Amino acid sequence: MSDGELATPFRQRAGGALKDTFLQEALTIATTKFIGLRREAFAGFPEGEALRDQARAIKEATLQELDRHLETLIASVERLGGHVHYAATSAEARSIVVDIARRTGARMAVKSKSMATEEIHLNEALEAAGITPVETDLGEYIIQLAHERPSHIIAPAIHKTKGQVAELFSRELKRPAEPDPEALTRIARGELREKFLQADLGITGANFAVADTGTIVLVTNEGNGRMVTSLPRVHVAVMGVEKVVPSLTDLMVFLAILAKSATGQKLSVYTSLVQGPRRAGELEGPEEFHLVLLDGGRIAQIGGPLREALSCLRCGACLNVCPVYRQIGGHAYGYTYPGPIGILLTAMMEGTAAVKDLAHASSLCGACADACPVRIDIPRMLIDLRREVDERKIAPWTERVAFKLLARVLHHPRLYRLAARAGRLLQRPFADDGRISRLPLFFSEWTRTRDLPPVASRTFQERWASDKDLRA
Amino acid sequence: MTQRRASLMVTCLGDLFFPEVGVSIVRLLRKLGVTVDVPANQTCCGLPLFNSGYHAEAAAVVRRTVSLFKDSEHVVVPSGSCAWMVKHEYPGLLADGALARESEHLAARTHEFSQFLVRVLGVTEFTSAVPGRVTYHDSCHLLRGLHESQSPRTLLDKLKGAELVPLTDADECCGFGGSFAVRLPEVSSQILAKKVANVEATGADCLVACDAGCLMQMGGGLTRKRSRVRALHLAELLDGDR
Repeated sequence: MSDGELATPFRQRAGGALKDTFLQEALTIATTKFIGLRREAFAGFPEGEALRDQARAIKEATLQELDRHLETLIASVERLGGHVHYAATSAEARSIVVDIARRTGARMAVKSKSMATEEIHLNEALEAAGITPVETDLGEYIIQLAHERPSHIIAPAIHKTKGQVAELFSRELKRPAEPDPEALTRIARGELREKFLQADLGITGANFAVADTGTIVLVTNEGNGRMVTSLPRVHVAVMGVEKVVPSLTDLMVFLAILAKSATGQKLSVYTSLVQGPRRAGELEGPEEFHLVLLDGGRIAQIGGPLREALSCLRCGACLNVCPVYRQIGGHAYGYTYPGPIGILLTAMMEGTAAVKDLAHASSLCGACADACPVRIDIPRMLIDLRREVDERKIAPWTERVAFKLLARVLHHPRLYRLAARAGRLLQRPFADDGRISRLPLFFSEWTRTRDLPPVASRTFQERWASDKDLRA
Repeated sequence: MTQRRASLMVTCLGDLFFPEVGVSIVRLLRKLGVTVDVPANQTCCGLPLFNSGYHAEAAAVVRRTVSLFKDSEHVVVPSGSCAWMVKHEYPGLLADGALARESEHLAARTHEFSQFLVRVLGVTEFTSAVPGRVTYHDSCHLLRGLHESQSPRTLLDKLKGAELVPLTDADECCGFGGSFAVRLPEVSSQILAKKVANVEATGADCLVACDAGCLMQMGGGLTRKRSRVRALHLAELLDGDR
């Protein structure tokens, strides 16, 4: 089969990614680096394993009583003088933020890196309302200049080489740029400085929100987050409802493992704890603070098959170790959240039908579950999604028939033996020197790049039945 | 040594494509004083159906497999993934009482081949059937499912006539993944290409794994490249001194 025929749109996108030599170079370098750093970070941290269990237990317990913890969070934020909004859908979340921007007369918004605002497609909504969003995280800034979307949960521009970034800066900023990360960062920093001072609105996500104290926690490395939350008049934080943690003591458990899992750092460079708007006598901070709590399919999964995915910390460790992500990068997945966890989150947000092909974008090797700081059993949920795709007849009928046929053969030894004989007969024209290098039809999917061993002239069970020596 | 009995669960790939692996296991175990039987009418453990989400169909296959092995003292499986399926997924697939209990009993008595040698029989010294340098690939289900990385390495390390050399990224998937290999053949093949490059860089004569699926994938990649490295199941290597 040539590219295109029979191939799903996902398979075509993946195929395109495999041929993109820049992407391949960028992915190999970055994911290999992340894997090594994460391994080192945990190797020197023997208490890490127990903390991972503890973190998961806190997430589970919090989900158990999510409504109570959210009520506490809302009360805490309001006590501090902040406003809390609830958005059932992405559309609601967008209009809440746009309304705040309009009401406060905002013309420019500076943003700290946030997957929740990517999920709700906030930038497009702001632009449509005449408000200029400016991404201030270096990676996000790069992809905003390139008019792209993030391809990794924590490293949005992971798909670009430094040479590509230099070219992009030269073209878009109309100034010469060398492919040197430090020089490129200096350029971005210079460009962004004045935006921080001009912006009326600061928009962030939240890595955690502490219910007891109303604290929004931002874990970053560039310091831009602090400027976004302190310089503009208004700060809006958008977070998924599952990001609430009961107390600061619980928060400490997560902070001990998050950066290690994400970038392999012991701690991130900045851990910012933000509490409401500026209080009387304080010198900095916004005049208004808004927290937008986003459901977006999450609450339905508290009692649903994807519940475990609500423990995700968005660290990206599962992407870095995934053999599929490492080959195709994030864009090929086609949705906001890529990689193994991204498939589950996409199912949560867009429904099962959206992931009918993505559910199979995994060899089920288990590296993701191993790397996950809160031990989410991603392969198990991918299998469950596959089951749902089958049971709800979303899978193509040809596939369902093929598997039901296979099930029949495996259930009846006589059919199984017949199939072995048929295989031996049919393979005759193709078997050569103990291997099969070329098969027609569907089977070419295997043989285009790999040989296949022929069905043995006598199967093991045939030998066992007839060879007395073997049985003796 | 006390007389032990073991049943061989040869698995579909083992039966159809790699019968010599089963033969090696029978010979080896017998040499070690184990009485080997092979319950008739075996087909497959059901993993391909399970992984693709066809769980009702998998459960039907599981039921008959559980009955086939109900009288076995030990069950030895040449593939880590099939052993994992029996040990981890069988009980969950059978909701009904008696058979579910039977499957838990089976799970406890089922062993991947290298684990049976090292952890049950406690034997680790063999002579290589294929002298030279060998390298070892960790199959995903054996490594991350059954948490086993040591038994095969212990056997290879002590193997007379063989020198075990480390494989870069030995714990990374080979790209097989059952139907994954044909659903996303381009991605599967690129993962394989990296594995093959790492294997060739070791300078080994022989690549060893404990899973028929991985051997099909990696062996197919190696022969396609006309590589001098042969992919072999651990049992074929240990079966020296014939």
